[in-house]
Amino acid sequence: MNPLQQYTDLYEAHRELIDSACGLPLNALRQQACEALRACTLPGKGSEDYEHVDLAAMLAPDYGINLGRRPLDIDPAATFSCKVPTLSTALFFLMGDTFASAGNACAQLPEGVIVSSLAAASARHPELLERYYGRAASLSNPLVALNTMLAQDGLFIYVPRGVKVDKPLQLVSIMRSEMPMMAVRRLLIVLEDDAEARLLCCDHTQSPATASLSLQTIEIFAGDRACFDLYDLEETAGATSRLSSLYLHAGADANILLDGITLFNGMTRNEYHCTLSAPGSSLRLLGMGIEDEGRLLDNLTHIRHEAPRCHSDELMKYVVADEATGVFCGRIYVAPGAEKTEAYQSNRNMVTSPAARMYSKPQLEIYNDDVKCSHGTAIGRMDEKQLFYMQQRGLSLPVAHTLLKQAFMADVIEGVRLQPLRDRLRMLVDMRFASDTGEHDCAACASQIS
Amino acid sequence: MLSVKDLHATIGGKEILRGIDLEVRAGEVHAIMGPNGSGKSTLSMVLAGNPAYTVTHGSATFQGKDLLAMAPDVRSHEGLFLGFQYPVEIPGVSMVNFMRAAVNEKRKYFNEPPMSATEFLKLMREKRAIVELDSKLASRSVNEGFSGGEKKRNEIFQMAVLNPVLSILDETDSGLDVDALRIVAEGVNKLRTPENATIVITHYQRLLDYIKPQIIHVLYKGRIIKTAGPELALEIEHNGFDKIIREAENEENL
Repeated sequence: MNPLQQYTDLYEAHRELIDSACGLPLNALRQQACEALRACTLPGKGSEDYEHVDLAAMLAPDYGINLGRRPLDIDPAATFSCKVPTLSTALFFLMGDTFASAGNACAQLPEGVIVSSLAAASARHPELLERYYGRAASLSNPLVALNTMLAQDGLFIYVPRGVKVDKPLQLVSIMRSEMPMMAVRRLLIVLEDDAEARLLCCDHTQSPATASLSLQTIEIFAGDRACFDLYDLEETAGATSRLSSLYLHAGADANILLDGITLFNGMTRNEYHCTLSAPGSSLRLLGMGIEDEGRLLDNLTHIRHEAPRCHSDELMKYVVADEATGVFCGRIYVAPGAEKTEAYQSNRNMVTSPAARMYSKPQLEIYNDDVKCSHGTAIGRMDEKQLFYMQQRGLSLPVAHTLLKQAFMADVIEGVRLQPLRDRLRMLVDMRFASDTGEHDCAACASQIS
Repeated sequence: MLSVKDLHATIGGKEILRGIDLEVRAGEVHAIMGPNGSGKSTLSMVLAGNPAYTVTHGSATFQGKDLLAMAPDVRSHEGLFLGFQYPVEIPGVSMVNFMRAAVNEKRKYFNEPPMSATEFLKLMREKRAIVELDSKLASRSVNEGFSGGEKKRNEIFQMAVLNPVLSILDETDSGLDVDALRIVAEGVNKLRTPENATIVITHYQRLLDYIKPQIIHVLYKGRIIKTAGPELALEIEHNGFDKIIREAENEENL
C-alpha cells in the first residue's frame, strides 16, 4: 500500500478538526497538498537523491498525530537541565508540534518583531502569512506536501525592515509520548530588507525509547541585505526519525548562515534547498554528523545560484562509527545568467570502523563560464602517525581517538558566528565523542566554559 | 635502566635492526651516530613502540620491566620519552588540551587524581621557560604552523612537562639554526639529573658540543659497530664514518 494513503485518508476524515486550529492561510493550501500527495509516488530507496533513505519505511508506522491539539505533558526544565549559562536567548518551545513561549520572551524583542505560534499568526497576521506561507517550499516534494496538509502549528518569525534582533532566538522542540507519535512542525521565518536575526533550534526527545517522527518544513525568506543565522541542532535518540526540508530564498546582498548539527539521532534526513535569486547574496552552509551504533544521517543540499555575484561556501563533516551510515548528496547549480558566481563545496568524512558506511555524492552543474567553483570529498581513517605521536606522550588509544575526532570537527565549530554558542557546541561535541569511551572529563569541560 | 639485547626489527618485511646491544645506566648520556639509513630512527621507534615496526628477535628491559610487552602509552608512563625527528602536526588539538590529557593520563596510570587547572597552568608556565617557548604557541594546535625550531623546542617542552626517566632525542638538531640549537641543548642540559638518562641520535658533532655524552655508539646496517668515549665523535667529525665502517667490516671478515 502507498504509505502516504494513511495520511491523506486521515486528512480527509478529519478535515474540519485540522482546520479548526488554524487560520485561513494554513488551511487554504491543504487540499492542494492532499491532491499532490494523491498524485505522487514516494521516491523509492535507490532512486536519484534518495539512494540510501527509505522514506516509505520511515512513514509507514502508524504514528499518532495530535490533531485535537491536546496539551502534551512535557516538562521543558527536564530537557533544559544541561545549559550553558553564557548563552542568553529569547526562548520558545515546540511541545511535540505545539508552540509555547517561556515567560516574557517576547518582551525582550524590538518593536515590530513577531515571534509566535504559527497557528496564532495565521489568525492574527493573515496578510503576512498569505504573502509567504508555502511560497518557498514546493508541494512537488512529498515531504513538504505531507507537512503542508497536516501542519497545525509551529513557529513564525517576522523581523521588519531594518530591525536588528540582538538577542539570539532559541526554539527548543521536545518529543514526549508513551505512544509512537509524529510531530508536524512548520517554521516560517521572514526577514525584511536590512533585518538581522539569529535562531538556534534544538531538537530533543524526552522519551528516547518511543518511536517518533518529526516531520519538519522550514521556509526562510531573507530580504535584501538581511542577515540571518540558523543553527539546527539535533540531540534526539535511536528511536527518533526526522524528516526535515528547509527552503531558503535569499535577497540581494543577503548574508545567510545555515548550520545543521546532528549530535544524537536515530534516522535523519535533512534537505537544504537554497536559492540565491538576487545579486550579491552569500550563503555559508555548515553541517556535522556524529553517527555511531546503527544511526543514519542523510543530508541533501541543493544550492541554486540564479543571480550574478553570489557566493556560497559549504562544508559538511561526518564521523561515522560502529554500524552507522552517513550520506551526503550535494548539488550546486549555477544558472546561465549567474556570472561571477563563487561556489565551494567540501565534504570530509572520517570512518572509524569496518562496518560503518559513508556515501558521498558531490555535484556541480554550471551553465556559464564566468564562475569560480570547486567541490571535493574525502573519506578516510584516522592518521596513524598522529595516533602514535599522541600515544608516545602517554595518551591511551581511546583518548587519542577522541581527541582526533574532536579535532576533526574543529573547523565546522569555528564557523559558528555566535561566540557563546561556539563554545557550547565545542563542549557538546567533546562530550559526545568522550562518551564513546565512557571517559568524560568534567574538569576539562568546566575549564573550557570559564 | 635500559638493557637491549640482540634486538632485531623489521618494517614491511625488511630487516632494519640486525642485533642491537645497548646498556644505558642512570645519569648517562649516550650518543648514537651513523650514516643515513643505518637504523638510528628505527631503533628509537622500536623502543617507543611504534606499531609500524615488528620486533622479530631479542629483548629490551626498562627499569627491570619488559619494555617490548608494553603499549606505547605505558612506555611513556613508565618514563620513556621520544623526541621526534619530525614532530607530527595535529590540527584542531590545542597544545594545552594535548598536554593536559598527557599529564592526566600519566597521573591516572599512577592512581593519582587529575591535576587542578591552576596547578596545570603553573606547570606549563614553568616548563615553557626552559626552552623559551612563546606562550602563544601553547594555545595553537599541536605543531601546526610551527617553524622547524619551534617544533623542536616544543618537543623539549613536552619532555620537561612529562619528566621522563629516559629520553631518546632523534635528530633533535636537524633543521635548527645556531641560536635554536643552543636553546634546545640548554633545555636538555637543564633537565639532566643523576637519576635520568638521555640517548641523543645525531649525524653531527655540532649538538654534542652542547650536550656532552659520555658514550658514543656508531650504528651501521642495523648494528652497533663501535662504542667509545667522547673522542669518537671528534674522530667522526674529522674522518667521517668510512674508516670505522672499514675496520668493522675487516673484523667481521677475519
